[in-house]
Amino acid sequence: MGEAIVITSGKGGVGKTTTTANLGTSLALLDKKVCLIDTDIGLRNLDVIMGLENRIIYDIVDVLEKRCKISQALIKDKRFDCLYLLPAAQTSDKSALTPEGMVEIIEELKPDYDYILIDCPAGIEQGYRNAVAGADKSIVVTTPEKSSVRDADRIIGLLEQEDMEPPHLIINRIRNHMVKNGDMLDVDEIIQVLSIDLLGIVADDDDVIKASNHGEPVAFQPNTRASIAYRNIARRILGESVPLLSLEEKVSFIDKVKKAFGIKK
Amino acid sequence: MASNKWITIKGTRDGLTLFMNDQCAWNELLEELEEILSTKHMAADEPLITVKIELGNRYVTNQQEQTLREVIRKHNKLVVDKIASNVILKEEALQWKEETDVNLHNKIIRSGQVLEINGDLLLVGDVNPGGKIVATGNIFVMGNLRGIAHAGADGNRDAVIAAAHMAPSQLRIAEVISRSPDADSEGVPMECGFIDSKGEQIVMDRISTIARSRPDLNAFERRVMNG
Repeated sequence: MGEAIVITSGKGGVGKTTTTANLGTSLALLDKKVCLIDTDIGLRNLDVIMGLENRIIYDIVDVLEKRCKISQALIKDKRFDCLYLLPAAQTSDKSALTPEGMVEIIEELKPDYDYILIDCPAGIEQGYRNAVAGADKSIVVTTPEKSSVRDADRIIGLLEQEDMEPPHLIINRIRNHMVKNGDMLDVDEIIQVLSIDLLGIVADDDDVIKASNHGEPVAFQPNTRASIAYRNIARRILGESVPLLSLEEKVSFIDKVKKAFGIKK
Repeated sequence: MASNKWITIKGTRDGLTLFMNDQCAWNELLEELEEILSTKHMAADEPLITVKIELGNRYVTNQQEQTLREVIRKHNKLVVDKIASNVILKEEALQWKEETDVNLHNKIIRSGQVLEINGDLLLVGDVNPGGKIVATGNIFVMGNLRGIAHAGADGNRDAVIAAAHMAPSQLRIAEVISRSPDADSEGVPMECGFIDSKGEQIVMDRISTIARSRPDLNAFERRVMNG
C-alpha cells in the first residue's frame, strides 16, 4: 500500500512542480514505484518539466468524468519504468475536480505504487483543497524570502487542521552568498519561524532551470548540487538519515593549499 | 417602634456609612430606613452628603438595590455612593472567574489564525507574523510575539501585553493601537507593553518594571477587593 504525499507552498513560483518532478525522479532512481499527479488544472506544468507533454491523451478530469480508465490516462516516463504521471487538464478549471474525486483516484492508485506525489496549485482555495484531500503526508516548499515564508506559515496552519502527519519543510533556491551577506533569510531563521521538521535544502542552481527546459528533471544528472540535494531528500523520505548538504561553493585546489598554509582564510 | 434597631449610622470624613443588619427581614430594614431618614431633617442649605451602605452578609437583587437607592434619593440631600455586600451569586462568581482566569494555550498561532479568549491569555508558543491573539484581559506570551496582540479587547485599559520575545507587528490595548517601527528590528527579549500614565499611548518597558506600573495585575483579586 503506497503513501500519498502532497507538495504545496501557498505562494506560487517557489518550485512546487520542480520539486515534485525531482523527488519523483529521485524516488524512481531508488527503485520505488512512483506516480506523480498534477492537480494544477488549467495551468499544468508538471508534464512539461518531465518532458512528457506530447504524450498526453487523457487527463485527470477525463478519469473523474469516466471518459477513460485511470490506466489509460497514466503516462509512463521516458527514462524509468517505475515512474508514471497523471497529467492535469488544460482546458477545464479547478472546479472540474472535487476533493471526493481526488480521494477516489488516490485510493485506486495506492495499491499499485509505493509513492504518490501530488503537485498542488498555488493558493489556498479549491485547488488546494482538492490536492490535500487524499494525501497522507505533506511537504511544504518555501524559498528564503519573507513573502514565501509567510505563505508557508499560512499553509502549515491549514495543513495542521487536516487529518494527517505534521508537514515537512523543503527550503528551495537558497543563494549562499546572499545568506552570508544577510540579504536573505537563513535556514535557521526560517525553521525558527515555521517550527516544523526540515526535510532538506536545495541551493539555487542554474542547472535546475536548464534541465527543466530540456524536459529532464535535474535529479537525473549525476552530480550537480541540486540533484544531490533532491536525491538526499528522497532518501530521507525513505527513512534514511542523511546529513544536510553544505551550501559552501566548491573550493579550488589552489585555495585549499593556500588555506592549509594559512595564507588565505 | 424603637429606632436604630437594625441600622447603625456612622459619620466619616467622606460622608455617612449605613451598616445594615443582615439577619432581619428586608421589609423591616426598609421601614426603618424610611423612619430614620424622615426623622432626620436636613437643612436646605447643607451640602450633599454621600452615603455608603454596608449590607454585611446580605444578598440583594438588582431590584432591591434599586429600591434602596430610591428610598435614600427621596431625601434630597443624600446621594448613594456605593452599596457593598460580602456575598455574590455563584453565577456571578463563575463569570468573574471566567473573565479573570488565566487561559493556558499551547500552540503556534500561524499566519491567518486568530485566537480569541475571555480573561487572561498565557500562550506557550509563538505568534507568527499575520497571526493574531485577542484577550479581554492581559496577554502573556512565552515565545516569540511576531504578529498582532490585542489585550483588554472589551475596553480594559489596564491590561498589559508581555512576551518572552517581543517583535510584534502591532500591539493593541483596549482601543489604543501602536505599531512597530518601519525599520526591520530584531525584537527585544522579556518586554511588556501597557498604556502610559497619561492614557494616550502604549509604552514598552522591561517585564521586571511591570510590578511598579501595574501593582494589581491579578484582576480577580482586584475585583474582589473593589466589589
